[in-house]
Amino acid sequence: MSESTYSISRSSNASRTAAIIGLLVLIALVAAPWWAGRADLRLLSEVFLYLSLACLWNLLAGYAGLVSVGQQAFVGFGGYMLFALAIFTGMSPLAAIPLAGILGALIAVPVALLIFRLRGAYFAIGTWVIAEVFRLSFAQVSALGGGSGTSLPIAVVKSMASSRSMREATTYWLALGMAVVVLASIYLLLRSRKGLALTAIRDSEVASQSFGIDIWRNKFFVYVGAAGLTAMTGALIFLQKLRISPDAAFSVNDWTAFVIFIVVIGGIGTLEGPIIGVIVFFLLRELLADLGTTYLLILGLVAIVVMLKAPKGIWGIIKDRTGLEVFPLSRRVVKTKTNQE
Amino acid sequence: MPEALLSTKQLEAHYGDFQALFGVSIDVYPGEVIAVIGANGAGKTTLMRSITGLVQNKADMVLWRREPIGTLRADQIARLGIAMVPEGRQLFPSLSVEENLIIGGQIGHKGPWSLEKVFELFPVLKERRHVPSTALSGGQQQMVAIGRALMSNPEILLFDEISLGLAPIIIKSIYDALPNIIGEGMSAIIVEQDIAKALSVSSRVYCIQEGRISLEGAPQSLTREQISAAYFGV
Amino acid sequence: MDWINAIVQGVLLGGLYALFAAGLSLIFGVMRLVNIAHGDFIVLAAFLGLSITTALGVSPLVALGLVVPLMAAIGYLLQRGVLNQTLGDDILPPLLVTFGLSVIIQNGLLEIYSADPQKMSAGALETASISVPGGIAIGVLPLLMFVVAVVVIAGLQWVFYHSALGRAFRAVSDKQDIAQLMGLNKAHVFGLAMALSLAVVGVAGVFLGIRTSFDPSIGPGRLIFGFEAVIIGGLGNLWGTLIGGIILGVSQNIGAQINPGWQLLAGHIAFLVVLAVRPRGLFPRID
Repeated sequence: MSESTYSISRSSNASRTAAIIGLLVLIALVAAPWWAGRADLRLLSEVFLYLSLACLWNLLAGYAGLVSVGQQAFVGFGGYMLFALAIFTGMSPLAAIPLAGILGALIAVPVALLIFRLRGAYFAIGTWVIAEVFRLSFAQVSALGGGSGTSLPIAVVKSMASSRSMREATTYWLALGMAVVVLASIYLLLRSRKGLALTAIRDSEVASQSFGIDIWRNKFFVYVGAAGLTAMTGALIFLQKLRISPDAAFSVNDWTAFVIFIVVIGGIGTLEGPIIGVIVFFLLRELLADLGTTYLLILGLVAIVVMLKAPKGIWGIIKDRTGLEVFPLSRRVVKTKTNQE
Repeated sequence: MPEALLSTKQLEAHYGDFQALFGVSIDVYPGEVIAVIGANGAGKTTLMRSITGLVQNKADMVLWRREPIGTLRADQIARLGIAMVPEGRQLFPSLSVEENLIIGGQIGHKGPWSLEKVFELFPVLKERRHVPSTALSGGQQQMVAIGRALMSNPEILLFDEISLGLAPIIIKSIYDALPNIIGEGMSAIIVEQDIAKALSVSSRVYCIQEGRISLEGAPQSLTREQISAAYFGV
Repeated sequence: MDWINAIVQGVLLGGLYALFAAGLSLIFGVMRLVNIAHGDFIVLAAFLGLSITTALGVSPLVALGLVVPLMAAIGYLLQRGVLNQTLGDDILPPLLVTFGLSVIIQNGLLEIYSADPQKMSAGALETASISVPGGIAIGVLPLLMFVVAVVVIAGLQWVFYHSALGRAFRAVSDKQDIAQLMGLNKAHVFGLAMALSLAVVGVAGVFLGIRTSFDPSIGPGRLIFGFEAVIIGGLGNLWGTLIGGIILGVSQNIGAQINPGWQLLAGHIAFLVVLAVRPRGLFPRID
């Protein structure tokens, strides 16, 4: 009689190769201030920040089943917190950004308690209402520029680093760091037991409830966490822009429509999807941005066609055809030992 | 030899990766009442759903007067004159008793059945005509479900497990009314787990076991042992 | 006095909000679909009204006669061509597809009409008013809109509960498969539901266009008002939606009386309060 021992394995050849490539890419990106021009650094920062927003939206919609069309509430909130801390306390952005994230998570608590009373598509519109409430409220705060907005105090900007190129490098590294932090947090979350619970909830709420998984608490935790990280990202976005206004801070187009497009095209419910989506998005933007409204029309059309014909997005198609996984998330049973008697 | 009104030819049905029917062939002739018996999960309801178009099949696996209908939508098949009393009654909760009956007739075929005639058959429904349909007892709901199917004046009526969940006395009264229900010229397929009831009203019986026809014949020509063996597959 | 006037105006405004909401509520009741582009369709209807009044030189109220059937046709084609494919257990496809539609309609309108605010004129009707004891003047047009809203809702109730079409709506919404056994083609029934919804949107859009200035970007705002009216009033209850619209209109006007910049916020706060205290709305009928 022979006896085999089994173990659970996560990684595959593909993920190991990808990890090495990823590390090399990361090193190159960290070194970018030395080989890239100013405009390219700004573009890369934009890519990283959109990637962060997309990953977080994907976590909410693709894993926790919370479809939000109101994440701009936290983007703008984070931006305004940064500006408020800078204007009222002179705090350096390096400290203000994480603080903006924490404040974003805190405000997400009462928001969640309210809107979790809604389900499905009504929940989605509820998130939009919250964003509108934030926008209208901040427009009333004259100390922050009211309806026309305000700029980041120069002194605070200068406090970040000694020279202009150092400042630009710092904001770039912060953006890169944000993307890495978001990707890493989501990856670690999904690998953990909580992540397993989330995937179970995504696959079937009824079944996961019968296993004792507390749906409400899990969703609440994810919503608040995502809000905090989104707020941090928002703070970084407006640190780049140096100027904030209610319409820009809480813009549905910029912070929700584009983000949804990125996730849908790339592949909802996968970690690799937003990465592909953000690349496609920026390629399209380079090609089509001159067309103005036609560009948005095309984006909308592409999103609809993808949702109807290829709902799993580009990465979904690749994954279905090849079973490829770059981020090792699924568990496989592997035979490790065989004892012969 | 008269041609069959409704036939299935080597019918296969799948739910995703799971195959429920493996080459099932049955025939129903005009004016005939046949029974389809089998244990829970044998495939009887899948057979009914395939015939009525709720499950899609290859076109020529289901024939109506020799015409292939396997790929038709359920509403198109209903308009041909095929009606079903679904398993579990399946009344519309948002509709009253009377509205359930009326919507059964919305196809608009001419025939003997009308709202008045259904109330004649089941007088208790007339008293409760405006009550929400799901507020009725199980037996009364079954009457509504039968009436609803009759309202379309079909040529063939499928009864899917009408005795399920009902008290024996109710089952008896419904089966006693069956000759009045089916009447002249209508064909019927009675799907049942209750073998005795099914055999008592039919002229031919098919037995399904794990997705395949295991026995076929006239009730009086089959022995209990044959039926048991075919039903349980032992 | 101003306060009473604000409340009266708020009630009349509520009629318009109820019109915004009625189509949304109908679609959710029949097929559990929420059309994120609903507000943008209202704006589309307003622009259609504008083009028709300009091209044919008729009053907007006459243009209604063309806008409503046109919108109904658009609704039917939209449902059968696109939205029917999104229906199912997953909430993502209808949400994201209608969101995409919202982007397309807004930018399409921007391309065709530009971002300039527009307004339709109803002529003398706009300034006519009725004097009511207490020194309050009620505009004839807002009163007319309110009356039309009530008539439309009564009409929808009649269709839903006393017509064969309404029976079909309820049956298909209860059990799609079994409804098909009755000979109902669910693709067609859903198409008719969306046609009816957008017909009501047509009325709402033309009234919007007469009442205030509009531009391609105000769609989402109308969606939110309609949505708030539905939630405040209670799901599945059209008369509740009317009450919800009135509460919303009154809250906004009271807020505006206190401080003009607080108009919209006051409405949102009323919504959030109802959400906090009575999550299912004031007069809910379905889950």
